[in-house]
This record gives sequence, C-alpha cells and structure tokens, in this order.
Amino acid sequence: MPYRLIYSYEEFNVPTGSQRDFMEMPDERGHFGNYGGMFVAETLMEPLLELRLAYEKYMQDDEFLAELDQDLADYVGRPSSLYHAKRLSQEAGGAQIYLKREDLNHTGAHKINNTVGQALLARRMGKTRIIAETGAGQHGVATATVAARMGLECVVYMGAVDIVRQEANVYRMRMLGADVVAVESGSKTLKDALNEAMRDWVTHIDDTFYIIGTVAGPHPYPALVRDFQTVIGREARDQIQRKTGRLPDALVACVGGGSNAIGLFYPFLNDSQTAIYGVEAAGKGLESGQHAAPLCAGQSGVLHGNRTYLMQDENGQITETHSISAGLDYPGVGPEHAWLKDAGRAEYVGVTDEEALEAFHTLTRCEGIIPALESSHAIAYAISLASRMTPDQTILVNLSGRGDKDMHTVAALDGMTR
Amino acid sequence: MSRISDCFESLKERNRVALIPFVTAGDPDPDQTVPLMHAMVAAGADMIELGIPFSDPMADGPVIQRASERALEHGVTLRDVLAMVRRFRAENAGTPVILMGYLNPVEALGYERFAREAAECGVDGLLTVDIPPEEAEELITALRPQGIAPIFLISPTSTRERVKRICDAAEGYVYYVSVKGITGSADLSTEEVERRLKVIREITSLPVGVGFGIKDPETARAVAQVGDAVIVGSALIKRIEEHADQPGAMVSAVTELLAGMRSAMDSGC
Repeated sequence: MPYRLIYSYEEFNVPTGSQRDFMEMPDERGHFGNYGGMFVAETLMEPLLELRLAYEKYMQDDEFLAELDQDLADYVGRPSSLYHAKRLSQEAGGAQIYLKREDLNHTGAHKINNTVGQALLARRMGKTRIIAETGAGQHGVATATVAARMGLECVVYMGAVDIVRQEANVYRMRMLGADVVAVESGSKTLKDALNEAMRDWVTHIDDTFYIIGTVAGPHPYPALVRDFQTVIGREARDQIQRKTGRLPDALVACVGGGSNAIGLFYPFLNDSQTAIYGVEAAGKGLESGQHAAPLCAGQSGVLHGNRTYLMQDENGQITETHSISAGLDYPGVGPEHAWLKDAGRAEYVGVTDEEALEAFHTLTRCEGIIPALESSHAIAYAISLASRMTPDQTILVNLSGRGDKDMHTVAALDGMTR
Repeated sequence: MSRISDCFESLKERNRVALIPFVTAGDPDPDQTVPLMHAMVAAGADMIELGIPFSDPMADGPVIQRASERALEHGVTLRDVLAMVRRFRAENAGTPVILMGYLNPVEALGYERFAREAAECGVDGLLTVDIPPEEAEELITALRPQGIAPIFLISPTSTRERVKRICDAAEGYVYYVSVKGITGSADLSTEEVERRLKVIREITSLPVGVGFGIKDPETARAVAQVGDAVIVGSALIKRIEEHADQPGAMVSAVTELLAGMRSAMDSGC
C-alpha cells in the first residue's frame, strides 16, 4: 500500500468482495488509470525520483510524522472545526449543510497543510531554497510563511494578471520575505507561473525544493500533495459521524487543480453511500468557452508533467481560461480527479462567476462567514444541491479559504453592478 | 538505412561533425521557414531540427518561448509544420529533418496518424522534450514502423542506469543537454561535457549530439572536439528575432553565424 503510508488503513472503509477500491491509486509509475505519470524533460527525472524516495521514506518515519502532527496542531491550528450552517441550510431549504472550516487555518486557507509538510521534507532533504507557483496567492502566502519560519530563501512565481487582482496577497508574500516574480509570458496566470517555476527548478535543482501547491504536476506530486491534504477529510469524516451519527450523503468542494477537493474526498472514496461532487469554474458559462472547467468541457492531454483533462484547442495548444477566482483559473486538473471522473466515483459540475458571487454574499449574510471566491463555487453548488434534498440529509462542504483576499475584486464588481 | 544514419556515416568518412540548427517552424512567419531551411543547408547545416510551436514551452528560455509565440500568432499547427517539411523535401531529398517540441500537439493529432503523415512528408525523427522513455512506449510503437526515429534527451543529472534506458529506447542519435537548465541559458563547460560523453559512449554506439549553451563559433568548435553533432538553437533564433521584419537580412544573419560555426568546427577537427 505505498501511497497511504501516513494512515492506518483500518480507519476507512475497506472494500469487500467485488467492491472496487477507489483508494488504490496511483500505481508504481504514478499513473491514475490513464492519467498522471511523469511527463517532464530528462533533467527533472532524477530529482523527481529522489523526491519520491524521500517522500516514501519520511511518510513512514515516526519522528517526521510526529513533527508534522505537531506543526499542524500548533502552527496551523488544526483540527479545523466542522460547522453546521443552520441559517444557510434553511435558506437553501433542504439538506443540512456542514462546513469544514479550512478558512480558519493559519494564512486563511487549506494550502498551508501541504506547505508545512513539503517544507519539512525540504529540510530533511537538505534543500536551502524554496520555490512555488501561485494563482490566487494563497499557496504563495502559505509557502512564504513556512519559508520565513524555517529561514529558507523563497521565490514565488505569479502571473502578472494575478498580481493585479490579488494585490493584498502579493504584499503579504513580500512582507514575509519572499521574492515575488511577475510572470509576463503566455496568459500571465497560474499556468504560466507553473511553467516559470519549472524553469527555475530545472536550473537550480541542486539546492532548490519546488513546493507545488496542487495535486497536479509530475509524479510524485499528485500523490504527495494529496497525502498532506487528506488531513481535511480524515478530520471531517470523524467529525461528521460524531455530530450526526453517520456518514454524509454528499461531499462538495471546488476544483481548480483540485487539492482541497481531493483532501476532502480521499478518505470517503470507499464510502459508497456518500455522493461526491467537484465544482469547477464555469466562468461566463460552459457554452461561452470562457471558463476553467477541463473536467466538464475539456479533453485528455499532457501538460505540466502529467496526463489529465485540459482546456485545449483541436491542435493541442492550451487555451486561455477564465474565472472570477484566480485560484481556479487553470486549464488542467489533478490526474486523480480525471480518473475519479472516468471511474464514475465523483461527479464534476460547473458554477458560473455570477452564481459564485451570489453564494459569496449569501454565506456572508446568513452565517457571518466571508468565503474565498474559490470556495464560493462550492457553496453555490451546495445550496442548489441541498434544495433538491430532504432536511434529514447532510452535505459536507469544504470551505477551503476565507475571502479577505477577494474584497478588492468583489467591491469593484459590486460597484459596477449595483 | 535512414537519412539520419546515412548522414552520420558520410560525415564520419569525411571526418566531420554534424552541425544541426534548430529553428521554430513558422517563426517569424510561415512563408519564411522553408527558404530558411534551404539557406541553412547551403551554409553548412547537415540536419535540421524544426520546432513545433507550443503554447507552454516549459523547457525553453525566453528566446525560444518568443519564437513559439510568434509562430502561434500566425496560427501555425503541427499539420502546417508537416506541410513545411513536405515543401522542403520537394527540393531536398537528403538532409534529415527532426521535429522537436512538446508532446501535447502530437497527442492531439494522435500518435499513429502523426507517424503516418510525418513519414509521408519526409520527417526523419521526433524529439518531444517532455516524454522520458518510461512514458514513451506507445509513441515509439507508432513511430518505428514508419521509420521515424524516436530521439531522447540525456542530461547532466541522468544516472548511468538512466542513460542505458534512454539509449535502449532511442534511434538516430541521442541529444546530450549540456547544462542543467533551459534553452539559451548558462555557458556550458567543455570539460564536463567531455567527461559525461565518455560515460555515454561506454553505453551506446549511437551518435551523441550536444546542445544547450552553444552560442558562437568558439563553443561550436570546442563541442565538435567531443561530440558527433553540434546543436544550436537560441543563438540563431535571437538573430531571427532581431531581423523579424526584414526576411533578407534575417536569412543572412542566420547563415552568417552557421557558416562561422561550420568553418570553426571543420578547422578545429
């Protein structure tokens, strides 16, 4: 069972008889069915194999795991709470909605679960320099934070377009001592930041650790990031059973690269009574072509080190994406999601900019919780799903981040529309 | 025998090292690529690596990134690139042409369809930088029956075991990336290249091309002392970029550098 080393298998549902085990991926070569793999230039192959060995070793190392647990508790503030959003449930008029409060973590989103883990790995591997890519800036902030804490040099690549729309996070990263590099190539968003971080890594592989922020990229990143994020689902699975006496009827999480979603979903994959919904950014509508929903409307292809669903044209060129939320504005998606879609275990749906904005305001007014625009996509779908369910049913939503960073964007939009 | 191995054979007989320019197809515009290819052969190129433009060239530095962007502004597709090779072949039956780029455009066309159409157009090899041999089985299976050589990179970080795996999968030649980094980056160290090539030659009898960091006649001469082929890309594309709106001046700037490298390589051997 190589890739679930930090968990005791008994914690979860073990499939019996002819039941399929959805927790078995990836295989030895980092493949999730037809997806995943290691599609990188030769220079990166050996560093990736080294990373994989270190990851396999430390995920079984008691001292490493104890340090990780301690950091998650004392520095991140885990466990995050599970909150029964009663007024929101009432507003939706159906199922009970529970929010997994990743917005309460240090730095304001789930991203830090992963950066704390990877930074510990980096230190064990003797690396002195950290690099990262960022879209909304949440992963960049989470990386700059752990780098500051460990006294490591930190460079964050961010698309020039995102730098403008996520100004507050840029300032935070710089205060934390990170060098934020504006990426001016291509569409100047997250995908281009990832290209640039890869270029940096291949040029400085001897001393540099690349902290990828999502469950994409070449093997072992999709599995490694998932394992660090799975703390979300492990806690939530336990919390909801203690609160309601049973497993939830549905899970909902937003999907850009898909790290908060897989973190919630993974421990529930073998719980066949729980339906799973991943919510992609439908931007101005799936039919408009201006969206970031590769699982809903893309095709299989190879980008950023893995095979997955991509937004691309018929000639295999990656197309520009659109979403109100910088963190979902990415043309690919983690390979495990691609596999879960094809396997029929999870359903992927789209929520438009407009619907996400409405949910942003609804949650803020009903519950006094301001969600990130990314998470607002999940809230929007949960509200509509709940309305089609009954009051004795439950939906568990991953509230992956808080909306402070989005004040600027929302205020500007409201200024125009109201 | 394939055009690639014929070419290396005949160079060996004449005690010469291959000079392989890389240019991006469709840069600065699609009409200039085929005339440029002919001019490069006249200036001393033995083979040509023709870049397939891609929206996300992760392994390339800014110079080749911009070349891809210029080609994509003209809407150049993989099938357009194949058509350029067909036009080149109409007047040149002997000079090997290797397509170089990223996997996704080839996947989008389909491996088998790509191999069939590429062979019809006179393509001799394919180097997709983002596919290591571990992931390449299906692609190789499609290329081989069409006589298209799968070409792979070897890097300074490749272990002996990996070099062996790569050479087992490769045909035509292997491409030694002389620096840890992206195209057009740091200066290469000739001693380091020499040391690494010695190891590679213990493992394979395939010709070894050396690229990344070859900027001028000086470095071309130095690399020609140890490699079987000198591959030059960014230095040429910089000249294409500088003369993008004057086709005549662009061709002479490119051929001048190539001819300088050719004579430095030939006099140094």
